Amino acid sequence: MALTTEERRRLEDKAHELRLLSVDTVAWAGSGHVGGSMSAMDIMTILYHKYMRVDPKDPAKPDRDRFILSKGHVGVGYAPLLADLGYFDKELLREYNHTGSPLGMHLDSNKVRGVEASTGSLGHGLAIGLGMALGARLRGEAWKTFVLLGDGECDEGAVWESAMAAAHFKATNLITVVDRNHCMIDGPTEDVMALEPFADKWRAFGFEVIEADGHDFDALASAIERAMAATDKPVVIIADTIKGCGIDFIAGDYKWHYGGFDAEKLAKAKESLGLYHESRLAKGAER
Amino acid sequence: MSGLTFTMLDTAKMSTAEIYGQALCGLGEEHPEIVGLSADLAKSTKIGAFGEKFPDRFFNVGIAEQNMFGMAAGLAKAGLVPYVSTFAIFTAMRGLDQVHTDICYQNLDVKMIATHAGLSFGQAGTTHHCTEDIAIMRSMANLTVVVPADGVETANAVRAAYERKGPVYIRINRGFDQVVYDGPDYGFEIGKAVTMRDGTDLTVIACGSTVWRAVEAAAMLEKSDGLKVRVLNMHTIKPIDAEAIERAVRETRRIITVEDHSVVGGLGGAVAEVAAGTGKSFSFKRLGVPDCFSIIGLHEDLLAHYGIDENGIAAAVREMMGKDFEADDDWEDEV
Repeated sequence: MALTTEERRRLEDKAHELRLLSVDTVAWAGSGHVGGSMSAMDIMTILYHKYMRVDPKDPAKPDRDRFILSKGHVGVGYAPLLADLGYFDKELLREYNHTGSPLGMHLDSNKVRGVEASTGSLGHGLAIGLGMALGARLRGEAWKTFVLLGDGECDEGAVWESAMAAAHFKATNLITVVDRNHCMIDGPTEDVMALEPFADKWRAFGFEVIEADGHDFDALASAIERAMAATDKPVVIIADTIKGCGIDFIAGDYKWHYGGFDAEKLAKAKESLGLYHESRLAKGAER
Repeated sequence: MSGLTFTMLDTAKMSTAEIYGQALCGLGEEHPEIVGLSADLAKSTKIGAFGEKFPDRFFNVGIAEQNMFGMAAGLAKAGLVPYVSTFAIFTAMRGLDQVHTDICYQNLDVKMIATHAGLSFGQAGTTHHCTEDIAIMRSMANLTVVVPADGVETANAVRAAYERKGPVYIRINRGFDQVVYDGPDYGFEIGKAVTMRDGTDLTVIACGSTVWRAVEAAAMLEKSDGLKVRVLNMHTIKPIDAEAIERAVRETRRIITVEDHSVVGGLGGAVAEVAAGTGKSFSFKRLGVPDCFSIIGLHEDLLAHYGIDENGIAAAVREMMGKDFEADDDWEDEV
């Protein structure tokens, strides 16, 4: 079902709030993976605030849906989302990356409530998610597993081992989303190691591919709903995104894979995020 | 207990891996949450027996070890207890990033039964020998590392692994092992060495296929040289039985370790770390594959080549006994 205007507005507001909290967290942490956090934020927001059945008060609830942040370096985007949902105290974000803090660059599932898998070494999340999905099926449980991959991460051969297996085992209770922000540490994906024709690769591995604008909640909603209804093949949503989305001096620049903000940059980033949010709302009002 | 009690008769008829397969089938009957995974080595590792008995609970992932260990982590997170089998070399190296980060770091209930370890895949050659895995695996936090001496001990270890929370690595050989135990009731306990023979002249600490050889060598030395050699089956490399090592240092002062593994960082390394910490002086030698890539040949021949068979062990014992390594017998004044 298409999002109502109110729902879209609610998600846009939430994503804006989380982007602001994320850049604050980058500042508190000293630095962080800001580019990928901004590109992934809308995807994570709609999953947690619209589709996934989770209970922050009971993070181990057996029938909860699972989310695996396979691109584990964007903990600085994910932790604010979890804190905001109430998995842990938001104040903890102020200690992000500090010595002895449970919150570090790559989140530890044994230390951070709500985190399903400790990720960081790229190419691992899809296999873990597939294991979870097959476990759920074996146990006759209805929960779904969502895995968010980075596009650069898809250079890892292990991703394709898992893709082959997901199709082989017909894991339709596993939903894969790729944050296709076109950037990796050393440059644009197509310069460092070409991924295109990316969708064809997934199709060849036995996936149904849904391509969507990763910063358009209507498009994401329709893609996720189609994926959740799949019965034949596993689905991958290739979400076309912008690295650093919402911050004008970062957006689209691979050099902002990782960075820090001083007070001036932080203020500029927030100002830019405000403008981005306003423009999104204006676009929504035109629909 | 059906399918879990093995005797000498079984070990004469079944390879170590076959006993593993049967033991897992028995365990699988008792515990419906046990699942199996292999990477196109179901037949070779004998986990295939479990797969035939419980086809819905078995995943053959094809030749893709990284995905297999990641999937095992996911299955464990979904409340299942995966037993994962491939060759030792692919467990300790090809899939190590996943073993490290997905399984050990997250302290998951995944049991890795790795076969064809050490030099036991002899003629397959150096690409399939695995003489580094003990060193690699014992450096993983949270991981228990067990090297059973024979088929009966493997069955014991496979069951004990289920009872033990967290990840376990069990290292077994290809093919038949010499029979060390005639039945399962000899007091197997993870983390506790088994004294195969007591002695006061020297202690040989062995694991895996070298246990039988150490026992043979000790028996031979008693008969021919009148030596009383203590033999410890150090089946658990991690957590290691420090108390047994410390006692051996105190009581025999001469220690020889022997393993079908590199002399770098394996059983010998683990024993040396504990022994050095006693502050006592002792004579020490590690037998194993020297720091080289192994040659190709039959397992038995390779063990002889590297001096980790009965004769090699006996020669090393005699050499050490022939050395007068201390003038002062009074240890009470030492650190």
